[in-house]
Amino acid sequence: MSKSNFTRRGLLKTSAIAGAGVAMPTIFTASSAAAYTNEPTGSGVTLGFNVPQTGPYAEEGMDELRAQELAVQHLNGEGDGGMMNTFSSKALKGNGILGNKVKFVTGDTQTKSDAARASAKSMIEKDGAIMINGGSSSGVAVAVQGLCQEAGVIFMAGLTHSNDTTGKDKKANGFRHFFNAYMSGAALAPVLANAYGKDRRAYHLTADYTWGWTQQASMQAATEAMGWETVNNVLTPLASTDFSSYIAPVLNSGADVLVLNHYGGNMVNSLTNAVQFGLQDKMVNGKQFEIVVPLYSELMAAGAGENVQGVIGSMNWNWQLQDEGTKAFVKSFGEKYGRPPSNSAHTCYVQTLLYADACERAGTFNPCGVAEALEGFEFDGLGNGPTLYRADDHQCFKDVLVMKGKENPTNQYDTLEIVEVTPRAQVEYAPDHPMFAGGELGKCNPGA
Amino acid sequence: MDAVILQILNGLDKGSAYALIALGLTLIFGTLGVVNFAHGALFMIGAFCAVSLSKILNLSFETIDETQTDFLGNPLKVKTAYIESWFGPELGASIIDWAVPLAILFSIPIMIGIGFIMERGLIKHFYKRPHADQILVTFGLAIVMQEIIKHYYGANPIPTPAPDVFKGSFDFGTLLGFDPNVIIYPYWRLVYFAFAAVIIGTVFAFLQFTTFGMVVRAGMADRETVGLLGINIDKRFTIMFGIAAAVAGLAGVMYAPINSPNYHMGMDFLVLSFVVVVVGGMGSLPGAVAAGFLLGILESFASMNEIKSLLPGIDQIIIYVVAIIILLTRPRGLMGRKGVMED
Repeated sequence: MSKSNFTRRGLLKTSAIAGAGVAMPTIFTASSAAAYTNEPTGSGVTLGFNVPQTGPYAEEGMDELRAQELAVQHLNGEGDGGMMNTFSSKALKGNGILGNKVKFVTGDTQTKSDAARASAKSMIEKDGAIMINGGSSSGVAVAVQGLCQEAGVIFMAGLTHSNDTTGKDKKANGFRHFFNAYMSGAALAPVLANAYGKDRRAYHLTADYTWGWTQQASMQAATEAMGWETVNNVLTPLASTDFSSYIAPVLNSGADVLVLNHYGGNMVNSLTNAVQFGLQDKMVNGKQFEIVVPLYSELMAAGAGENVQGVIGSMNWNWQLQDEGTKAFVKSFGEKYGRPPSNSAHTCYVQTLLYADACERAGTFNPCGVAEALEGFEFDGLGNGPTLYRADDHQCFKDVLVMKGKENPTNQYDTLEIVEVTPRAQVEYAPDHPMFAGGELGKCNPGA
Repeated sequence: MDAVILQILNGLDKGSAYALIALGLTLIFGTLGVVNFAHGALFMIGAFCAVSLSKILNLSFETIDETQTDFLGNPLKVKTAYIESWFGPELGASIIDWAVPLAILFSIPIMIGIGFIMERGLIKHFYKRPHADQILVTFGLAIVMQEIIKHYYGANPIPTPAPDVFKGSFDFGTLLGFDPNVIIYPYWRLVYFAFAAVIIGTVFAFLQFTTFGMVVRAGMADRETVGLLGINIDKRFTIMFGIAAAVAGLAGVMYAPINSPNYHMGMDFLVLSFVVVVVGGMGSLPGAVAAGFLLGILESFASMNEIKSLLPGIDQIIIYVVAIIILLTRPRGLMGRKGVMED
């Protein structure tokens, strides 16, 4: 009589091992399991748009959101295609990204780092966002960039102008299309020296946080290189609303230029207060007193009203540019929303297209493949002339605009005029420039 | 010396706004015993009364100008204000230019109405509730009011300039024997200070020299006894809430040209104004005014470069440092009354 060695437990063990063995080849292939965070599994791909929808920068955030929605329409083959028609890369076909229909989810950064991280995290973990795009603050950009690096998704920063974003806080998964404080200084200084002379004494009022510090340092270095003297730099609390007590000492300081290293509500109020004090009517050291606002935005210029008239500043892009890319975008945006786009809207629109284009060229959504496609990418047709995404620090290099508050605006959008388009070569710097020192780009993280 | 005089002027100007808001807060606390965290929102709504009147005066009709184009290349739509077509370009433009002063008249009935609705509709239900409940409900109300304003006016600041005649600066130094252009101060800020002085004087005169004011003061001192005399003190206190709302609103209307109004400007003043009330003494009207000007001047001096170089960051904390010192040495504040907020 023979006796079988099979037992119920032994049968189960054998089946499990056999099952695992049969399944083995497909588990470890990229097409059948997640090789990176939020790898698309169906016919759609989800982008995460993280912008301020509440709080003091809500208007700017809403304009970013409008532009991102427009970009999604264009990617999916709807509308007139906008800048896809003028973009030098022809990888985008109007059928989504890699054949996947583009969907999007939105988050509210509230212009607070913790809220921005929480909304980005939620979009990545709950909504399956494969990339995060947008925002209006350097503090927020640095915080979200760190989160995206950990999570293994691509981050395309929105309006962030601090040198630190692609300086000491740069990350391999993060890219910035927007210009930075160094570039503002490099573009503005020659124009200022030309307009106001090289023998000037500047007094700086500076918002007391990361962006303000880097903006002030950049302006001081650039203007001193032109021969200006820096009389004083006074840090002002970010929460300040009335700047009269900071402006009063400027009157008899011997300075003949006031540089307002402020943005948003700070800029609107400090510029308004400075004009109220009649600074622009004063003659100091035998020269007309002048005010400079290094970073302009259309929305903030509108907030300051007639006080911006004649005041010089810089911008990343402006709807009045006459290149074909700008004209195509302004037409698409203007016809859809009845208003010209802001420079933060342009940044977010362009970044959405660039991300999609990089996926197409890389043939994958894998963030490491996408990052590789974006690194060192040179292109044209997106509004600022020939443009480079530098591989060393993921900073975008392109022409920078010097703007001036228009003396006789004809409508609410006609607040600024272009004084000069500063060529890209003039605002470029070495990757190891001291203002960008510290921090490592690190390695791309695909997550999952 | 010139720097000191300039900072005194700045302090008086800042103090004017603090004093006006704190005056209204103290009136409400002194009469109704309510800690009103929505008071900053009333200041903000006052500023938006100026914005609204400016928008109303600028209501326009459009004509097509074929000779010009808009940003899309279409024929330009040119806007002309109705008021300019009715009264002629010059008079119409002058009326629009004076929108902020005209908003004083526009805002008074609106602010009294809002104050009345707030008090009758919500706050009266919280008279006998703990102060923590009052703070929570009024703070919530302030957020609701903010969001309503943001919904209709957006989040961006809205420039609301003073009339052209008040633009520029007054050369104060020449009056004091200084060289020209050494001590100059914006005309509108001087107007704001004078306006605040008139409002504060009017409120004090109203309380001091009218029968209504006498009853209100008696009610603030001993509500129960005044009630036993057959006087409807609740009705008078409701009117005082409306007056306090109007004072905050007027402070906001006149502040609009100083800083472009935005939906969260009330919150910027709220905490400071509460510090002013506490430093002045809860329930003390003269205390609120005195503390408003005192803290405004100290805040301005703390912003001076000479002070900041000795004590970096002092400009951010000076008000709270002074508040701590005063409360340690005079626990009821500068002019606080015994028994108020002590039960």
